[in-house]
Amino acid sequence: MRVLKIRSLRPLAFGVLALALLLAAWESYRNWIGPWLGTEREVGKVLGFKLLPRANDLAMPSVFDMGREFGKPQVRGSSTNVFEAVVEGTFNSLKLAVAALILGTLIGIGAAILMARFKVVQRGLMPYLVISQTIPLIALAPLTVTWGGEISILGFEWQKWTSALVLGAFLSFFPIAVGALRGFNSPDPAAVELMDSYASSWWSTWRKLRLPASIPYLAPAMRLAGSAAVFGVVVSELSVGLTDGVGYLILAYLQEGTSRPAKVFTAVAGTVVLGLLMAALINAADRFFTRNRPQEEFS
Amino acid sequence: MTLAVDVAAVHKVFNGGRPNQVDALSDVSLQVSSGEFVSLIGPSGCGKSTLLRLIADLLQPTKGTIAVNDKLPRQARLDQDYGMAFQQAGLFEWRTVAKNIELPLELKGWDKDKRRARAQEMLELVKLPDRADAMPWQLSGGQQQRIAIARALAAHPSLLLMDEPFGALDEMTREHMQAELLRICAATQTTVVFVTHSIPEAVYLSDRVVVMSAGPGRITSIVSVGLGSGRDENTREAKQFYEKITEVREGLRGGHAIEGQKIKGVDDR
Repeated sequence: MRVLKIRSLRPLAFGVLALALLLAAWESYRNWIGPWLGTEREVGKVLGFKLLPRANDLAMPSVFDMGREFGKPQVRGSSTNVFEAVVEGTFNSLKLAVAALILGTLIGIGAAILMARFKVVQRGLMPYLVISQTIPLIALAPLTVTWGGEISILGFEWQKWTSALVLGAFLSFFPIAVGALRGFNSPDPAAVELMDSYASSWWSTWRKLRLPASIPYLAPAMRLAGSAAVFGVVVSELSVGLTDGVGYLILAYLQEGTSRPAKVFTAVAGTVVLGLLMAALINAADRFFTRNRPQEEFS
Repeated sequence: MTLAVDVAAVHKVFNGGRPNQVDALSDVSLQVSSGEFVSLIGPSGCGKSTLLRLIADLLQPTKGTIAVNDKLPRQARLDQDYGMAFQQAGLFEWRTVAKNIELPLELKGWDKDKRRARAQEMLELVKLPDRADAMPWQLSGGQQQRIAIARALAAHPSLLLMDEPFGALDEMTREHMQAELLRICAATQTTVVFVTHSIPEAVYLSDRVVVMSAGPGRITSIVSVGLGSGRDENTREAKQFYEKITEVREGLRGGHAIEGQKIKGVDDR
């Protein structure tokens, strides 16, 4: 029990400390360092380059204003406050990102199985997988809406969330496919010979040897895929106009950039929390799947 | 005596017809009787591991025929007529010790209770009865190798194929494991083909030692040992033991081009 406590609480304490330091740095720049350097009215120059941000309420609202924004009504006269809206948006985006990650994991593992089973597929498919990741998401997101509009299977109509789901999965399957492939090919040749000596079929060897051997490779791949899924979903929300996610809130709150400049930071905080929740979920899954193994720490 | 293994005029060529062609085995014939313990010894590249893999149907002969229990090696493999153990214990680190032993039984489709009972039986055979639920990394190297032997014997195969199984162990553990292996084989009536590069190990364990040489890999002589079934620690100091070691060593030198030179890859200890 003691070991568990130290293990789980220390990173948390460091995280809180780091956040506090970041907020303190922000506050001291906008209140003291910025004014002292004279960057209240214009962007500050360092060696002739415009580098330092303006230290005024519009560009760098106070941390305390951001905090107060959480308590204000969402829009004038509405019954929900910003906090509730951000929490709801974050939760909606998290659901979508987790679904995207699961879909991406299934596709990634499926692709890795095909590549591990048939070397021809590996040579043929891998270049396309690499190319697929170079397509800008911003270009792809509106296209999926157009294409999706043509699709209607068994009464299911393409929705805006379907686009976000597909794009999140599209970004997250790649690290999974690469990590799983490495993992499936990781067993020692002697272990494969052992399975062959038992006349084990390719599928049995995959299930009893290759899949469990790939877990240490899948864990870091899942971390990458998790943040890719969050990124994919949030950016898709922005570009396809999916209104119930935290990504869309950023866009909406930016409209009030001049009247309530601190408001958008509440949504930004929501996306940060979203990323952290995703990382925590993956960590928990990793701990569960590697509970009986000699441990090396990732996080 | 029935034959457990019958290798007849086998040739094995790797990369045939290409510049990097290797004649791994040339005209190799060997018969192993049921219940016999036969060691294959020779310098690196003499094809001893290749011969073991041909018997196991993990490789196919270029020429010649092999029979295992009067069957084609492929059929013997499908029937799990033999178990295998390698230099690295190769236990699956995500499985408990008992689950590792159960692996070949799972693949045979045994039900859970039967598997569990057999695993416990095998753990008692290798004298680790209370480590069923331990994870492999909690065991010492010698203990891991014992579990590997238990796994190889779990399905009660009539033949055990071992590729330098004690090569990675320290000398003390190694001698202890040799005695244990003899005890286990006597208890289970298993035929063993054992690849090693240690002369004393081959002599101590075997009924017959097959001496091989490289380029191309072939059998140069076969030494009958006959130390009897009552082998113990005193056997290692017996006159006959040393005589047989000398005989195997001379066999190894005879098959080698340069007289008196230390033979690469063979242990004199």
